[in-house]
Amino acid sequence: MSVAEQTLAGAGERSPGFMDSSVGRKVVMAITGIVLWGFVTVHMLGNLTAYMGAEAMNHYAEFLHTMIHGMGIWVFRAVLLTAVLLHIWAATSLTLSNHAARPVGYRKQQRQSATWASRSMRWTGVLLGIFIVFHLLHLTFGTVHPDFIKGDAYHNFVTGFQVPWVSAFYIVAQLCLGLHMWHGVWSFTQTLGWAHPRYNALRRNFATVLTVLVVGVNISYPIAVLTGIIH
Amino acid sequence: MEKHLNLTLQVWRQKDAMSEGEFVEYQAKHISTEMSFLEMLDVVNEEIIRKGEDPIAFDHDCREGICGMCSMVINGRPHGPKERTTTCQLHMRSFDDGDTITIEPWRAKPFPVIRDLIVDRGAFDRIIASGGFISVPTGAPQDANALPVSKQNSDLAMDAAACIGCGACVAACPNASAMLFLSAKVSHLGYLPQGQPERYGRVRNMVSQMDAEAFGTCTNHGECEAACPKGITLETIARMNRDYIKASLTYRPEIASGGAG
Repeated sequence: MSVAEQTLAGAGERSPGFMDSSVGRKVVMAITGIVLWGFVTVHMLGNLTAYMGAEAMNHYAEFLHTMIHGMGIWVFRAVLLTAVLLHIWAATSLTLSNHAARPVGYRKQQRQSATWASRSMRWTGVLLGIFIVFHLLHLTFGTVHPDFIKGDAYHNFVTGFQVPWVSAFYIVAQLCLGLHMWHGVWSFTQTLGWAHPRYNALRRNFATVLTVLVVGVNISYPIAVLTGIIH
Repeated sequence: MEKHLNLTLQVWRQKDAMSEGEFVEYQAKHISTEMSFLEMLDVVNEEIIRKGEDPIAFDHDCREGICGMCSMVINGRPHGPKERTTTCQLHMRSFDDGDTITIEPWRAKPFPVIRDLIVDRGAFDRIIASGGFISVPTGAPQDANALPVSKQNSDLAMDAAACIGCGACVAACPNASAMLFLSAKVSHLGYLPQGQPERYGRVRNMVSQMDAEAFGTCTNHGECEAACPKGITLETIARMNRDYIKASLTYRPEIASGGAG
């Protein structure tokens, strides 16, 4: 047996499955993150119809419900639910591995490059999970909405945000989304291996611009309702 | 110019992996600013030995910044406050008179404390053994330039090969992840033609060995890059992720009769 054969036999045999490995779970995290990031971006753009009045927004809502003979929205919902569940699974599983890897902590630690955003990912993630449940009960199912009219998205949007504490909660959630996205968007490029000196600055700027855009526009909605710009 | 410092040390003392450790305070008196950090500890140890007590155990070997042995977290930073510097190359002029210095071992489950500041970094050796090599049939030496290597790839491979396996990346990582070390070991071979035959099997084997050693996982904080005394970059991790994804997508098991025709 030649040397090459000796080492090639067994190559990969030790490897557990992709989803068991640390890098594999991170890739799941990254890909589901891209799906969710794509969603919040489209969601933010779609809601711009609120600035065009009741008819435009309700027309857009109706389009979402009727596209591809009403199948489209269910395809979207299935993809999003799968992405959210996988994202939470990967986060939990990776966090448990990380905690187990340092049973005795340091007395003193000086962070050099970790950011507020990167260190709070777990907390902003949990808060976003709670927010998503509330958001669905509020503007999709209407359960926690004081004056919900099924099919009248514009009315639900305006009356929903007229409650100050609800608007405040949305704004806080959006700021968490900002922190989560800013690290997340840069992070998925790193996990998927898209690093190159020519594009490294671009990756950071891309995450920053996108985060400011999504969070800024989203926060403008409750503020616009509270200040009477949208009524 | 040489000055002298009086310092208070808070040092982690631990008898062995089984024992509980604790911080013990020592006074380091009349320390020359021209001493290295390890020489300062030598002086403190002489005093401890004179008192008939057990000296502080710490790892050290080359004392010129290339062996990667002098693992200790100084005031919350692996290898102390200077960038791209190992503990042995850290000089006492980086401290001020009257400072209190906290000294701790690398803290990670795969690096059990052997004694005081000495940890067992055998996990790194097992990761190397799982794939950090190339297979070279021996025989007469090849012509030096028989395999063309671009200058860029040669530079990148040498940059990755600068990793001394000290473990500062693991120590600095909030998750005790070994990704920077691993990516350096995967990449310094992956950039060169000699590393190609085993490139994708290597990354799979080394990642699975890293996971088996129970290191944490990367959350892209960048603390490893900031702590690395040899300047290994996060780009190296991205490069390894790329190889790992490709390896996982294209992996095919060995065929018993492979190549028999």
